[in-house]
Amino acid sequence: MEFAELIKTPRADNVVLHRPFHLAVEGTLCLTGHHLIFSSRRKDNTEELWLLHSNIDSIEKRFVGSLGTIVIRCKDLRIIQLDIPGMEECLNIASSIEALSTLDSVTLMYPFFYRPMFEVLEDGWSSFLLEQEFELLSSVTNEWRLSCVNKEFSVCPSYPPLVIVPKSVDDEALRKVALFRQGSRFPVLSYYHKKNGMAMMRSSQPLTGTNGRRCKEDEKLVNATLRSGRRGFVIDTRPLTVAQQARAKGGGFEQEVHYPQWRRIHKYIERFNILQESFIKLVEACNDQSHNMDRWLSKLEASNWLTHIKELLTAACLAAQCIDREGASVLVHGSEGTDSTLQVTSLAQIILDPRCRTIRGFEALVVREWLQAGHPFQQRCAQSAYSNSKQKWEAPVFLLFLECVWQIHRQFPCSFEFNEHFLILLFEHAYASQFGTFLGNNESERAKLKLPQKTMSLWSWVNRPEELSRFQNPLYEANSLVIWPSVAPQSLQLWEGVFLRWNRTSRFLEEAEEERINIIKYNKELQAKVNALRRQLAELETDGQVQEDGP
Amino acid sequence: MEHISTPKVENVKLLDRYASRKAASGTLYLTATHLIYVDASAEVRKETWILHHHISSVEKLPLTTAGYPLLIHCKNFHVAHFVIGQERDCHDVFTSLLKLSQPVKPEELYAFSYNPKMSKESREMGWKLIDLKLDYQRMGIPNDSWEITDINKDYEAALCRCSQPLAGFSARCLEDEQMLQAIREANPGCPFMYVVDTRPKLNAMANRAAGKGYENEDNYENIRFKFIGIENIHVMRSSLQKLLEVCEMKSPSMSDFLTGLENSGWLRHIKAVMDASVFLAKAVREERASVLVHCSDGWDRTAQVCSLASLLLDPFYRTFKGFMVLIEKEWIAMGHKFSHRCGHLDGDPKEVSPVFTQFVECVWQLMQQFPCSFEFSERFLLEIHDHVYSCQFGNFLGTCHKEREELRIFEKTHSLWPFLLQRKQELRNPLYRGFAAYKELQPNTLPFSFQFWCGMYNRFDKGMHPKQCVLDQLLSCLGHKVTLEDNASELENKLPILDGPLPSQGCTSPKAGAAAAKAPTPPQDCAEGAAPVLSNGPSLGHQKHKESPAQPRDLRASREDGQAQHQG
Repeated sequence: MEFAELIKTPRADNVVLHRPFHLAVEGTLCLTGHHLIFSSRRKDNTEELWLLHSNIDSIEKRFVGSLGTIVIRCKDLRIIQLDIPGMEECLNIASSIEALSTLDSVTLMYPFFYRPMFEVLEDGWSSFLLEQEFELLSSVTNEWRLSCVNKEFSVCPSYPPLVIVPKSVDDEALRKVALFRQGSRFPVLSYYHKKNGMAMMRSSQPLTGTNGRRCKEDEKLVNATLRSGRRGFVIDTRPLTVAQQARAKGGGFEQEVHYPQWRRIHKYIERFNILQESFIKLVEACNDQSHNMDRWLSKLEASNWLTHIKELLTAACLAAQCIDREGASVLVHGSEGTDSTLQVTSLAQIILDPRCRTIRGFEALVVREWLQAGHPFQQRCAQSAYSNSKQKWEAPVFLLFLECVWQIHRQFPCSFEFNEHFLILLFEHAYASQFGTFLGNNESERAKLKLPQKTMSLWSWVNRPEELSRFQNPLYEANSLVIWPSVAPQSLQLWEGVFLRWNRTSRFLEEAEEERINIIKYNKELQAKVNALRRQLAELETDGQVQEDGP
Repeated sequence: MEHISTPKVENVKLLDRYASRKAASGTLYLTATHLIYVDASAEVRKETWILHHHISSVEKLPLTTAGYPLLIHCKNFHVAHFVIGQERDCHDVFTSLLKLSQPVKPEELYAFSYNPKMSKESREMGWKLIDLKLDYQRMGIPNDSWEITDINKDYEAALCRCSQPLAGFSARCLEDEQMLQAIREANPGCPFMYVVDTRPKLNAMANRAAGKGYENEDNYENIRFKFIGIENIHVMRSSLQKLLEVCEMKSPSMSDFLTGLENSGWLRHIKAVMDASVFLAKAVREERASVLVHCSDGWDRTAQVCSLASLLLDPFYRTFKGFMVLIEKEWIAMGHKFSHRCGHLDGDPKEVSPVFTQFVECVWQLMQQFPCSFEFSERFLLEIHDHVYSCQFGNFLGTCHKEREELRIFEKTHSLWPFLLQRKQELRNPLYRGFAAYKELQPNTLPFSFQFWCGMYNRFDKGMHPKQCVLDQLLSCLGHKVTLEDNASELENKLPILDGPLPSQGCTSPKAGAAAAKAPTPPQDCAEGAAPVLSNGPSLGHQKHKESPAQPRDLRASREDGQAQHQG
């Protein structure tokens, strides 16, 4: 398909761009296959806006006489308005944008066309391999093995080719277990707590059905993670009633009789359209310009967004507590094991594992627990808060995770190597990107699309020193402890950096950030200077002594 | 000590409101001024001090298996839940605290016995530290019959305040009308003036029936009359009560909390005060109009909005000294009845209202939006808020100047300000960009710009606060800065003596070499910002700091210029 066919009017002059907190500017609008480009073309101060079509969530057109207006709502929650003279031009541009922002073929997406303007120092597609992860694990324990039972994605389509499983369970058993778990997502290692040797596993629900089917291999696999005589915890992210109802559809949960060493805890985490609706309501509330405090608070409450945040954090704390405080192994699952399960396992690791709070470690976490673990990014992030599509599979699951990380970050501002901008970056790129990282729904799809060969990885770009410096937290001091966040409502805040980003001026907050960076930087430089001078002095003194001692 | 029958009770438990962990067990002491609890179960000796004047209520709760519970609520939002073994002890402590927390005679207030071992001269100096006459001079106006709170030199527009006119339904006062005309005419830049009534219109209309009311636009030439609906002290008192109930809920859901927050109306009131102040500031700044502000009596809502508008317009009031002047001028001198509003003495509970607390919160809300524009941090606000209730210093005693002279406050008590200035280093805002960085503040007042102030209303619930404190981190950096700069210059001085010119770069690590080569740009140390104004304050001991060679002399000079100009 040629993009040119979709672009009836590639260019319009005398277009006026309106953005909140900016003066309206007049300029030229151009449409290309992947971008909407606006250029003010003023001699003194050319201003350009480049917007990826894939970042456009919805468009709305209005006419007053022959002046058309297009309101563009983006997946990163920004809203811009373009006034386009000429009804035909406006209609053409609107329909082009609509078509280009809803391309149904992945291979037409920008990452397949993007040619980087930077030198690739490290290919991000091979920066985070499970082999490396396993090597680290092998240095502390020999109870686990790397299995390639899923080579060619033959056992579980949403798992990566390599998985880490207990050593005592062979591939044959894994194949049997796969038949007993929804979507073949058999229990695999998510996290190993070096401090006490406890493990966190994740999977999908067992297919017990109404007549209580069991699978000996599954029981053996799960029990293999237990220390002798110790109990483990199954954290089911569904309420008991939902788990019970799931049996009628062939699903179910681990029954006490067959898993006597396991205690099941149900922690309800919302999913799918409930989350999407919550997201839509919250963004709607944030865009409300009325000066009514009661209305704002009641909309904020009614959106339930912060409730979801609180519940998610509570579940993650529970998982972390079981491992660190109770010294027990944990198995986490909901139904499919691709959403709430991953939220809980990845957040628990943020709490438990200092490595996940570094930039590199956090990237590894996102790759391991989200991309390789088969969170269906393409489905979940197809649309954002301005869409009307109401598809069941669209849900801000990853955004909720990022916000929970932000909440913990806010409570432990010195324990993270990255700053808030890094989290916002991931949010943006999960929804629209020039990089191939978040395309596809699992590793199998990514392999079929040949993403590593045909597209650039986000990590190739972000890990370059000049980019990295923008995402570093000046206050960071490595903290090897477990960090327990407070989940009291008073401790949780709206994530302004995402939800109010386009609704207020950020100048004063940016200046504060600058000031913080300067203070810390100056302090470090001074310290380095003093150290260097001390060293020089010491060297000179020893030199002097040598001379004095000499002939 | 007449009120204390049982000065010491052993085996008292202190319950933790949120954590379910084991309650502390220890000894409770009553002194003339404080309730002191010493936790014997902690590994490190842990003490909880509660000033009697801070206690707003003491309740005996029904007997539990652990003993007789005593619940204490404090005016600084500390809540202490003790359990005492013996009923008799519990009752004794209860009755003592009731008397100690609300003395009947002003002479019983802590300020009259507080003795920080300070010479008479320094004490007197302390009272002279904030001189309002100087502030009027600073603004370039002589005192006149109007209580002018601020004049903006650039615009020549004035913010004035008064109480409501006794207009009833038809009464007029020609002199009053002429007076307003005079104010308007004093400002040639604008043909009209605003008269702002900070009450909701309904309340003002009701007042007319009592022979009071508001200005009739027909009787006054060229005035624009405006109501700004800030609720009265009774509404505010009950709003705070509701807010505190929300803060004290045991493990509330998010929904419980947000619904409770909304129903309390607290943030709505905070927004109303802020909106009014923004309106005032905008009228002066943009329309260059003079504004006359009043409510009913002119010492509550008027004080709030006039002081906040001043803070928005004039960066001086965002310095340590300026903020003290602002409180002295707009609150103390104008007769905000601290004694009644804070319930210092046993009196009418209907007179108590968190008017000043709301002002302090509005300042905090501004700090959230403009983190680099205040010389002081949140801690300074909390410190002042504590002492408004503590009665430890004379500043906030009494209800007006006359009463304060009768109490001989200036002879018998100490002023709070020098004590706070001594602690400037810990109360300062490390992000402060100095006097000249921001002139007027134009805050966003959309509802989402207002946050719940956990640091105030859940201040003593440490578990809810961020576990790592950026403020402490930055303050410690600034603290080290002086030492490091001294070290660096000392070392630099030593080097050439030892070996002539500096050794080649080769012998230092590249990073350190680079750092030493390009002189790092130091962040502005703005604690110095107000130094010239503070010349009559206690010595703050920064002198060494000033000689430090790495200091950005140009920056400092320009800032001091700004200050000097402003004082002119």
